Amino acid sequence: MAEHSTAEAERPTAVQARPRPGPAKYLLRLVVLVYLVLLVAWPVALVGRNAFANGLTDLRGILDDPDVVHALRLTITVAVTAVVINTVFGVGISLLLVRYEFPGKRLLNALLDIPLSVSPIVVGLALVLVYGGRGGWFGPTLENVGFQVIFATPGIVLATVFVALPLVIREVVPVLQEVGDEQEQAARSLGANAIQTFRRITLPTIKWGVVYGVVLSLARSLGEFGAVKVVSGNVLGQTRTATLVVEEKYLNFDKGGAYATALLLTLVAVAAIIVVSVIRPKEQR
Amino acid sequence: MTSATLAPDRPAWGRRPARGGRRLTRASGLGLGVAMLWFSLLVLIPLTAVVVTAADGGWTEFWSAVTNQQTAAAIRLTVGTAFLVTLVNVVMGTTIAWVLVRDEPFFGKRALEVLIDIPFALPTIVAGLVLLSLYGPGSPLGVNIANTRVAVFFAFLFVTLPFVVRTVQPVLAELDREAEEAAASLGASRFTVFRRIILPSLTPAIAAGAALSFARGVSEYGSLVLLSGNLPMHTEVTSVRILSSIENDNLEGAAAVAAVLLVISFAVIVAVDVIQRRVVRRG
Amino acid sequence: MSIEIANVTKRFGEFVALDDVSVSIPSGQLTALLGPSGGGKSTLLRIIAGLEQADSGRVQIEGLDATNLPPQRRNVGFVFQHYAAFKHLSVRRNVAFGLEIRRRPKAEIRSRVDDLLALVHLEQFADRLPSQLSGGQRQRMALARALAVQPTVLLLDEPFGALDAKVRKELRDWLRRLHDEVHVTTVFVTHDQEEALEVADEIVVINDGRIEQIGSPDELYDRPANDFVMRFLGPVTQLGDRLVRPHDVQILPADGHEPGATTGRITRITRVGFEIRIEITADDQVIAATLTRNEFLALHLQLDTTVRVRIAPEIQAGTVAVDSGPNLPATTAVT
Repeated sequence: MAEHSTAEAERPTAVQARPRPGPAKYLLRLVVLVYLVLLVAWPVALVGRNAFANGLTDLRGILDDPDVVHALRLTITVAVTAVVINTVFGVGISLLLVRYEFPGKRLLNALLDIPLSVSPIVVGLALVLVYGGRGGWFGPTLENVGFQVIFATPGIVLATVFVALPLVIREVVPVLQEVGDEQEQAARSLGANAIQTFRRITLPTIKWGVVYGVVLSLARSLGEFGAVKVVSGNVLGQTRTATLVVEEKYLNFDKGGAYATALLLTLVAVAAIIVVSVIRPKEQR
Repeated sequence: MTSATLAPDRPAWGRRPARGGRRLTRASGLGLGVAMLWFSLLVLIPLTAVVVTAADGGWTEFWSAVTNQQTAAAIRLTVGTAFLVTLVNVVMGTTIAWVLVRDEPFFGKRALEVLIDIPFALPTIVAGLVLLSLYGPGSPLGVNIANTRVAVFFAFLFVTLPFVVRTVQPVLAELDREAEEAAASLGASRFTVFRRIILPSLTPAIAAGAALSFARGVSEYGSLVLLSGNLPMHTEVTSVRILSSIENDNLEGAAAVAAVLLVISFAVIVAVDVIQRRVVRRG
Repeated sequence: MSIEIANVTKRFGEFVALDDVSVSIPSGQLTALLGPSGGGKSTLLRIIAGLEQADSGRVQIEGLDATNLPPQRRNVGFVFQHYAAFKHLSVRRNVAFGLEIRRRPKAEIRSRVDDLLALVHLEQFADRLPSQLSGGQRQRMALARALAVQPTVLLLDEPFGALDAKVRKELRDWLRRLHDEVHVTTVFVTHDQEEALEVADEIVVINDGRIEQIGSPDELYDRPANDFVMRFLGPVTQLGDRLVRPHDVQILPADGHEPGATTGRITRITRVGFEIRIEITADDQVIAATLTRNEFLALHLQLDTTVRVRIAPEIQAGTVAVDSGPNLPATTAVT
């Protein structure tokens, strides 16, 4: 017995409890670095280089093109509208999912993730089938009262809201679960009504989750392509968005213009991610 | 005030009997109603319309639309490539998560975190353009994969990068290091510790990430537009098939193929839900 | 009577948390709801606060029917086990919260918060965030926050449960002294019988959703209503068919003739500080007894000594007949 235990104590613990940095670690590091550089970093960096291949001409070119400027403006309008809608809806539904009990909750919870795994083309098709002016389920009725959805801005907004729908919810729900409802109960017992409790306690608590969700939604909304392509009609100077401009420029052999527009979109996306990665640690404190 | 500070002897109903939450009040019930109405108008009714339209022509019409030679080739390519990409993601995603969580800080580690998320935030059309600039005509590497099936593979690989990493990472970070140390003290080698202790705890997260990455791959469209050339029977994926049906004003045919993609999406969502429930029960 | 609970029943699914409970809690006193975890005491407290709705029954607070009032209209102060500190607000803003909600004038809020911070000895921490306080300090802040609104009743849910033993003891003394100063009707939930015995004016013992006994600490300890209360409030041992506290077991020399004594053999002696714990095996029973060191020395007891034991005659009233329970350990250590 005594022999046994000393042998046990000597053998593995000292060596293995604190793994020393071995070659395996550096190998893994190298593999990951090479993989990510080849797949992401280098290609993304090339967009910047290609955009400036002709100096500032391409960038100036697209910013001087009224159709591109219109597309950029439309993209921003649509994205901001979609983000506002998704934030209000997302925070509300998160509160309902976490703080309340109702039949069908589990189903709703699962259904809310659908937009993340549905093809954008299918999203566009689904909206056309319901809101299309010709033969859609509701479309003709809506057009009779003068409200055109498909091939117009409302359709672009709907498509954008659809694809970015779960992002705020996915950020806010875990935060709400994590903080629990004791602070809210304390506020209620101190005399705060539902609105006061939300504004003074719940909202400040989930603030970073909401900001994070908003930033991700904004990036996703600015960059939506497939669904918008189906519902927008892609009319120059009217319903063409920034991502559609990239495609159109590239296919019309204006690579400089395509790269310049892509650069603008990339900058927004990268900025969004950097903002988020700066926020993250603060929220996890 | 997380679970760490909760009294261990306390049964589930002790302090928070309303574990799932309160019953609906009048105001919250109204809120739920409005939210459901919006969600129905935006998501549920349109997706139902896809299924209904697909079923409109009857089974034979649906079947012939789906088994049309060109469509079937597109579905095979999409599903097959998504599957391959998911396998790569399982290995590489877990490896990346491991390096991000367990490796000590090194120069550029935070930059890696940013790189992982870029495919998620980058517009898909730009993603295609991005890959084209390194692997397309005039590539600095001297390769040209444009208009080949490899391009489809690369596009899927790019857009699905974050999923396994981001599902595995938090689970790995919260793993109980003491269990590993206990295993090591019992004589297990580092590889055995990984295989017998760490991997089983990560499996649900890896599976969930894999399911999401598969679904994303199957539904991908934007990144292929400029990259794969959309050659019928060769590099054309399912989403492109649906789009060309839409553009040819064949909404029924488009809906039929779209319904197939929807079924795959639903299956994935159900799979992820089941997996996550198992994780919750185990935790 | 300040809080009247009448026929309150509460279920969570299949689980009956409270089963037709009625109790009156007196004004101005410190009342403990004591019982094992999951026995329903926290649920009762939360129903008083309005954080939980009873399935049936009524709740009156100071003569006002509060059964259907939402928590924010009941004017109760509630202190949570895990403090429920508002993490994004400073200590001062935490304490001021209820007053700000009530739209009191700024100057009044300031002076009242200052008073309260002084009362809980947190003046110098007023501008810190809760995350910069220790557990004990956070709980004192939570108490000040609850007192700020001058509640009709103060409710504390296992207030010291998350604190370590030493701080818990300090806060316990401090709560008792605080209550002697403020005199607000206070109800606190605890599963620690020592805490209840030490702090409370009155104890309500709750188990399995029912009230087992209500009384002062002395009454409960000396005249437990049943087996459960007896076992829950302190160590017990069985002598014949009676339950008795080990320190009430009298050990006599083997050659005496006192009536009602059982003969047995000492099978174990353990010394814990000033206390000597002795196990006596008699027939098929193992009886536990505790003596002070002086008593022990006077009796010249050793392992294997044969002795006679009986229940000390002066405390016959404080024993309980054994329920037809299964073989329970000789001593039930209750922590």
